[in-house]
Amino acid sequence: MIAVLASIRPDSWNFPLFLHVAGAAVFVGAVSVGAVAQLGATKVAEPDRLRRVAFRTLLIVGLPAYIVFRVGAEWIHSKEFPSGVEDPTWVGIGYGISDIGAIVFLISLILAGVAVRKPKGWLTMTSGVLSVILLIGLVVATWAMGAKPT
Amino acid sequence: MELNDWILALHLISAVAMIAAVTMFSVMIAALWRTDDPAAVTSFMRLGLVGNVFITVGSIGTIVFGVWLAISLDAYQLWDGWVIAALILWVIVGAVGKQTGDGYRATSEMAAQLVASGSPRSPELAAAMGASRAFWMHCLSTVLIFVILVDMIWKPGA
Repeated sequence: MIAVLASIRPDSWNFPLFLHVAGAAVFVGAVSVGAVAQLGATKVAEPDRLRRVAFRTLLIVGLPAYIVFRVGAEWIHSKEFPSGVEDPTWVGIGYGISDIGAIVFLISLILAGVAVRKPKGWLTMTSGVLSVILLIGLVVATWAMGAKPT
Repeated sequence: MELNDWILALHLISAVAMIAAVTMFSVMIAALWRTDDPAAVTSFMRLGLVGNVFITVGSIGTIVFGVWLAISLDAYQLWDGWVIAALILWVIVGAVGKQTGDGYRATSEMAAQLVASGSPRSPELAAAMGASRAFWMHCLSTVLIFVILVDMIWKPGA
């Protein structure tokens, strides 16, 4: 039933929803690159290249994608749940993961940046592990956006 | 929560996996643009493997759960125009994506052979990692995937 209701929405919600979904999906891709490149950096012939790619991807792709998906989220939230309307559980899950995820992402980004200048294994590994944790959170958030648990 | 809610969630997760895979492949192509260094190409093999898992899971998940939803929900039918458009686009993306995958797989194998033979540089590799047929196929599949996303959200004719 919720799926049916969710599928019936005013046309004016479509563009913000597009920004939200596309931004989130590209963000997942960027964080995946960050995770795989950094966790695999110690096992290849050119680890510095992978560290650089991980950092630049998180910075040039991940950060703008996060901003786009959050702007899209705020935009559609303002239309779907105007002030005074209580947020349902699934919106709370999304905001919670998104807010905590932003902190995890920034720490991962900073560690990845430092690891490019000072290639220490633990910096790269920590940033990679944080990216994996963030990915798990993003999958849960995506599930919540689709299943809309109450 | 009902079964349809789960199906929608899995459909959405699959779509995100598909776009995430395209993002990963785009990053790889940009990072290795016109490189003639085979070791650099082989360094990205693990990333390519994960991208392949994402695109496989994503493409199968979107079609299976998408068709399931179209059948299960009374609001939609398989013969709705926007659903048919999505199905056709999905088939085209699959065919174009296969061309992309075949192209870059051959390039990856070339790089692995060059590394094994101790060749430090290769102009053929640089050409394959530039504006090759596989690159243009990747561009086309990326555009088509975003067209599918637009179709899914706007549902023209629904």
